[in-house]
Amino acid sequence: MGNIGAKEVPPLFGADGRRVDGRHLDELRPLKVTAGALTQADGSAYVEWGLNKVMAAVYGPREVHPRHLQENNKAIVQCRYNMAAFSVDERKRPGLDRRSQEISKVIAEAFESMIFVEEYPRTSIDVYIEVLQANAGTRCAGIVAASVALADAGIPMVDLLPAVAVGKVGGKLVIDLNKLEDNFGEADLPMALVPQSGRLVLLQMEGHLSRDELSSAIDMGVQGCQSIYGVMQQALRERYAPTPAPGAP
Amino acid sequence: MSDEVTAAILTTHILDLARGGRRVDGRGLDEYRAVSVEPGYVATADGSALVRIGATAALCGIKLEPGKPFPDTPNAGVLTTNAELIPLSSPTFEPGPPHPRAIEVSRVVDRAIRAAETIDLTRLCVTPAEKCWTCFVDVHVLDHDGNLIDAALLAALGALTHATLPAKRFAIAESDTPLEVNHYPVECTFVRLGDVIVTDPTFDEERACQGRLTVATDELGNIVAMQKGLIGAFSPDDVRDVVERALRHGEKLRAAARAG
Repeated sequence: MGNIGAKEVPPLFGADGRRVDGRHLDELRPLKVTAGALTQADGSAYVEWGLNKVMAAVYGPREVHPRHLQENNKAIVQCRYNMAAFSVDERKRPGLDRRSQEISKVIAEAFESMIFVEEYPRTSIDVYIEVLQANAGTRCAGIVAASVALADAGIPMVDLLPAVAVGKVGGKLVIDLNKLEDNFGEADLPMALVPQSGRLVLLQMEGHLSRDELSSAIDMGVQGCQSIYGVMQQALRERYAPTPAPGAP
Repeated sequence: MSDEVTAAILTTHILDLARGGRRVDGRGLDEYRAVSVEPGYVATADGSALVRIGATAALCGIKLEPGKPFPDTPNAGVLTTNAELIPLSSPTFEPGPPHPRAIEVSRVVDRAIRAAETIDLTRLCVTPAEKCWTCFVDVHVLDHDGNLIDAALLAALGALTHATLPAKRFAIAESDTPLEVNHYPVECTFVRLGDVIVTDPTFDEERACQGRLTVATDELGNIVAMQKGLIGAFSPDDVRDVVERALRHGEKLRAAARAG
């Protein structure tokens, strides 16, 4: 994908069958989630995932801007996914390009699918995702960060929303593609799972997959989401669980 | 306000019907509307097609012009896909900069064309790093009765399949040649209405739905692109079911685009 007419495909697996960064096929990159990373937002979170660094903030429920978007029977969820100009190798022109606008739309829809929006009519829940350093998988990192930020803001929702991409690289299904794998892989399938219901509220795909590969890829992603879910819960526990007194049993 | 009330009543009606396995227009849950593809609709374009899916109409025009390859792909031509949701086609579309839903249609259609390798872009290179063909795929939605993604890609595919490289006009070759099309991606869109998932939603069904899922397939049986949109959720088994249905409907859609 994205490499038509470009250079040759570099090796994507080592002699030991491991991936370029030494991972197994179903192994995630190291993921670190911090709940409550900013002071002004109603909720916030910071995610380091492999070489990705993503900050998320949540404001609201608050007055709707622009006003005409207001809904009488529910809150609306607005999302702005943005990549910093310096977050990629070649400087990115600041502001939302079409890719960012599409991602913002599907992320907003994913969250609106699981927030109890009917609790807050005529308001807006604003989710801001800022990619500070990018290395493939930024929309998933953004969803993880935003989801923890929403919980940090105390927004009632069905569940947290772990997300991960599964891809096909050198004919094999792998989870959580890094930049090289993303550039030279044959397929990319980002998804976001509501663990409570087992349902997907975000699903995109590009590349070539057979129906059987697609089926396995979804299973692989669902499993990955489960372990990401654990990391997210832990981040919230660390912020909100009362710390035991020193010397307590 | 009256609009909102009618919409709410209609939504309830659509969901009630769906529960009983029925739809407002009498179709089965997995039934696609009548599809027609009329290639060569616009004489000034290098390729064009007018597509109708039920009452939905989309027109695609292709323009091929000499340009310069991107620095990172010196041996490839350039492909640009754009979908315009013009105010003429629906009271819900407004003039102004592209709305996110128009951007979504453009990008999902573009993704399917690209991922399926519909056109071998290296064949559009004239002189590496200097001169190539730029292929502009512009889709105008003319009448919006739902399922714009399927209609837009079908129009694009119909137009590409019947397009001509105007090599003579631009003094690149002695004569014009047909644009080579290698693969035939089509998209098939579904929406959830309560517990059922219906094929090829109308405007009202899209407004009533709890989630939309689009699957693009090629003629070899590959899945080449997917997009979940709108508010709602799908289980992994829903996705598997929808993929089978998309592969099945894809055959007919492809045949329509190729025959024209």
